[in-house]
Parts: sequence; C-alpha cells; structure tokens
Amino acid sequence: MSAFAAVYARDLRLALRRRVEALLPVVFFVVAVSLFPVGVGPEPQTLRVIAAGVVWVCALLASMLSVANLYALDHADGSLEQMLLSGHPPTLIAAAKAAAHWTITGAPLVLAAPVIGLLLDMSPTALGALVAALLLGTPVLSLLGGVGAALTLGLRSSGVLLILLILPLTIPALIFGSGAVGAVDSGISASGHFSLLGALLIFTALIAPLATAMALRIALE
Amino acid sequence: MNALRWSTFAAPSRFYALVNAVNPWLWLLAVGLTLAGLYIGFFVAPVDATQGNSYRIIFIHVPAAWLSMVLYLAMAFWAAIGWMLNARMASMLARAIAPTGALFTFLALWTGSFWGKPTWGTWWVWDARLTSELILLFLYLGYIALVSSIDDVVRGDKAGAVLALVGAVNVPIIYFSVVWWNTLHQGATISVTAAPKMAQTMLVAMLLMTLAFWAYAFAVVFTRAQALALERERDTDWVRGLARKEMK
Repeated sequence: MSAFAAVYARDLRLALRRRVEALLPVVFFVVAVSLFPVGVGPEPQTLRVIAAGVVWVCALLASMLSVANLYALDHADGSLEQMLLSGHPPTLIAAAKAAAHWTITGAPLVLAAPVIGLLLDMSPTALGALVAALLLGTPVLSLLGGVGAALTLGLRSSGVLLILLILPLTIPALIFGSGAVGAVDSGISASGHFSLLGALLIFTALIAPLATAMALRIALE
Repeated sequence: MNALRWSTFAAPSRFYALVNAVNPWLWLLAVGLTLAGLYIGFFVAPVDATQGNSYRIIFIHVPAAWLSMVLYLAMAFWAAIGWMLNARMASMLARAIAPTGALFTFLALWTGSFWGKPTWGTWWVWDARLTSELILLFLYLGYIALVSSIDDVVRGDKAGAVLALVGAVNVPIIYFSVVWWNTLHQGATISVTAAPKMAQTMLVAMLLMTLAFWAYAFAVVFTRAQALALERERDTDWVRGLARKEMK
C-alpha cells in the first residue's frame, strides 16, 4: 500500500509544480462547453435539453486528452521503468497513477460542472444529479484512459489513437451518467443509474489497472 | 508424415501449405453458395406481405451482422492464444481477421441503412442494434489502428491482444447499456425484434448465404494470414525455398 501512496503523492507533487499545465483540462472543458450555445443557439429550452449530454461529452474529451500524458513523461525520463523494476506490483502502480489522474483532472471537472451547468440553464436538482453522476463516472474515465495511455505509450500518433481506442469503451459511463440527469429532470428516481454507475466503477477498478499493468509491461519489453 | 497434433498448424510453414490445399475449395464453396443463396433469395423466395421486395436485403444483411460479431470474438480469442502461448500463427490470424470483421460490420450497417430507407423511411435510427453495431465498428477500427501503428511486430500483437480482450469483456456491457439507453429515450416506434415468421425458402436462402459468408471469411482471412506469414518469416528457410521455387 505504501507504493500506492508514494506514486500517488509523487504525481500530485509533480502536478503542483506545473499548476497551469494541470489546469489545462478544466480550461478545455469550460471552453468546449461554451462552444455549444454558440453553435446550437442560445434558446434556454434547447440548452436545457442537451446540457447533461454536452457536459458529459466534454468531460469525457477533457479526460481523454489529458490522460495521453499519464505515462509518456515518466516513460521519457526513465522513471516508469524504475517503478516497474522496483518489485512493487505494477497493478498497484497503475491504480495509483489512475487515482492521481482523477485527483488532478477528474475532481476539478466535477467541481466546475455545476457552474457550467448554470450557463446551460440546468435546474438545481439536475445539477445535483450531474455532480453525483460525474463523481461516480469520471474515475471510470481515468481508469480506462490509463489502459489507453499504456497501450499507446511511445507511439507517434498516440493522442488521437488513444481517443479512438478508449471512447467506445466509455459509452456505458456516458449513457448512465447523462441518463441520471435525464431521469431527475423528468421526475423519476435516478437511483438505478447511480447503482449502475457504481457497479461500472467497481468493475472498471478491478479490470483496468490489471490491463494497464499488462500493457505497460508489453510496452517496455 | 508425423501424426497430426493440435499444434501442427501453429508452424507458419505448415499453415501455409494447409491454406494452399484448402483455399481453392473454400473459394469454390463461397462462390457456389453465394450463387445458390442469391438465386433462392431473389427468384424463389416469395414477396413479403408487408415489406414487399425490399426485405430481400436481409439475405446479405443478417449473415453479415452475425459474422461481424462472431469474428470479433474469434479475433480476441486468437489474439489471446497468440499472446499467452507465444504462438506466432495465432497472432497473425488475429490480425488477419480484423479487416474482414470490420468489412462485415460496415456491410451490415450499410445494408441495414438501405433496408431502413424504404421500410422505416429513414437511413438511420439510433436503435439499440444499430448503435451497438456502430460501436463494434469503432472497436474494430481501434484494434486495426493500434496494431498498425506499432512498428515492433511482437509488441503490436500483444498490445492488440490486450485491447481485443478489454473490448470483448466490455462488449456485453456496452450492448446492454445501449439497449437500456434506447428504451429510455425512444418510444416503441420501431421494433426490429418483432419479425414475422419466415417462409421456408427465405430461411434456406439466409442459411446458404450465411455459409457462403463463412466460407468467404475463412478463405480471405487465410490468404491474409498467409501473406503476413510470408512477410514476417521472410528470413527463414521455408520462405526462401518457396521464393526459389517461384524463380524457376
């Protein structure tokens, strides 16, 4: 467990030293969401209908764009190889890296979402559901993104490739995440959506670090 | 001649010889069954009471959709075998399956949309089946993109195996979430599942076309695997021997 904490703390410390860089995904998120009213039209009724989906898709893209660098920098300076040679289970290291990515990127997205939701004229109850759904769903994105980052490590067009590989796998999170908001909006209980998101999170947390560890070992062979 | 073992054709040279022996028959089977299936489908099978003649595209559509799903599992299976047992031929087979699987997925979507226009009045609906078939196409494209952008062949095979396995594990989750999403968003406007009972001849035509597509898939995947084997084993004696024979 100390290896988990050490890798996690190291990644947070590195992010704190590059604060502007760490904030880029949230900035991307805000800019991307605010493009939609410009493109679709400023009518509040339309915006309210698409709000949850827009916020979710933009959060998804922000996660995927930022996760491409999760292992690339450590790979470039050789520290990733040292981590894997250290004898600590690679699965644990992969889980710690994903957790750190969520803390640096996912949590700010969750915090920014209510403000963004207000811009799209979402109701307070819908905002609550959106935050809760993102809280359960964004860790799934970080975990799956970790698999993609490990698979595309050191490749020429790794960024676009990662998005092509991982986006289809994130569709369940997107469906249940924006579905929860839709359910609350139409007056139904969203507890089913939240249960499924929670199940998805547990399942992904069990599978993704394992797959990431395998992919890392393959990439560094 | 040695006794046949399960691993006999894992050697690329023996696989190459096997394909040479089997492929002409597979092509013959593919062409013959296609002609028979199309003939029965287009000339013998009766006109559908509700859909008229436009239903006849199912003789291509349904087999293509079946194969698109089976081939993904086959690809994941061979990729996993190749990775776990370090079997070269299995990894090559997985790579060889991917383009054919993507082709059938595309064909299923394309013919489905041709069928949808006269029947539903639209080229595309975000129906659960259509959506999950589209996602399957993305999964195929992701696999092809990943293995072809890794220059190191061995790493490409293994990374592809991890991706195919993660995809295969996720396919049921994706499918059921899409079904759920669909029932939430769409009223029962169109029901693809409630198909009326098929006439005997229609079923025969569909069966023949399915077998024809199977034969085609085997033949083309084998040929592609042969090409991959020749390319990867170009420095070995058996490929040199083949090349010398060709030169004569």
